[in-house]
Amino acid sequence: MISEIFSVDPLVLFTIVAMALGTYLTRIAGLILTKFVVFSDRTEAALQAVPPAILMSVVAPMAFATGVAETTATAATALAALKLPMLAAMAIGIVCVVVLRTAFLAI
Amino acid sequence: MKNNQNKSVTNTSPNEFILGVTTFFPLIFAVAPIGLLFGALAAQKGLSPLEVLLMGSLVFAGGSQFVALDLWSTPVLWFTIAFSTFLVNLRHVLMSASLAPKLGHWTPLQKYIGFFILADEVWALSERRAMKQRTSFSFYMGVGATLYITWQIATFTGSLVGAVMGDPSQYGLDFAFTALFICLVMNFWQGRKTGVILAASGLAAVLTNKFVPGAWYIIAGAIAGVVAASIQHEEKPKSLSKFEGAQQL
Repeated sequence: MISEIFSVDPLVLFTIVAMALGTYLTRIAGLILTKFVVFSDRTEAALQAVPPAILMSVVAPMAFATGVAETTATAATALAALKLPMLAAMAIGIVCVVVLRTAFLAI
Repeated sequence: MKNNQNKSVTNTSPNEFILGVTTFFPLIFAVAPIGLLFGALAAQKGLSPLEVLLMGSLVFAGGSQFVALDLWSTPVLWFTIAFSTFLVNLRHVLMSASLAPKLGHWTPLQKYIGFFILADEVWALSERRAMKQRTSFSFYMGVGATLYITWQIATFTGSLVGAVMGDPSQYGLDFAFTALFICLVMNFWQGRKTGVILAASGLAAVLTNKFVPGAWYIIAGAIAGVVAASIQHEEKPKSLSKFEGAQQL
């Protein structure tokens, strides 16, 4: 049990280090960039779109191309997120998907 | 500006550190459950608790860690995962560029160590602080260290518990990723333009996922969103405060 907790696969470690290096680069990039360049407005607007675009891309297949239960739960989560704290909105989405999947199984 | 600099000299006391800790404190209750969830899902994907701890402490970027987990398979596609992580974390470029001119008297070493933990929440609270006076290293580290420790304890605990939890889909937890990301997406919502960006990325991602194997759908969706943002852009006075929306995780 103890050895399972502390096991580290070499490829996993390599992947984590690669993730960490890339992430650190993005974090210090601003320190270096602000010394040398001024972002154009258009570049700034384009870069600003990167996080939501990526988050959307990651979820799109699951959210829109899996089934009615998933798509409905996605819509419910998005609406709830406008009004409620994040964890509450997530809980609504998860409950919604479980209920709808069960309902579709029953039919 | 001069006035701000004078203020920041008196700003490096231990009290600033404590203030950072107490400023972050309420967010512990939002971050800890997400960390537990991450650990549990990571355990389902076959990561050991130590591997979870290594990822949390070396990468320390929740959103990208969830993306990595979503792409996690056997064997591990290290390049796809590392590249996707990089893309998800590109926003940090803007965050650090925005915060860098608002720091108090930080040494270069403090900057390069401190920005290692520039997570979204740390950035957001530091920016908020900077509206009153320049952000001191002590305040920044008070916020950052509290988040860092919370994240490691929560994810490690989650991975210990997750191993005995069983199939996550029976609790709908396979949908937890999607729900979390939808919430994060909504944080970036700034009106119709965001809608167009999201529609472009969503459509590109679904189509690419259908016809191209691997994780290219994420890159295709990102490019579609960036192109949509670029096309929609209208020239107007420059302001970095636009990025205030980029909070959470």
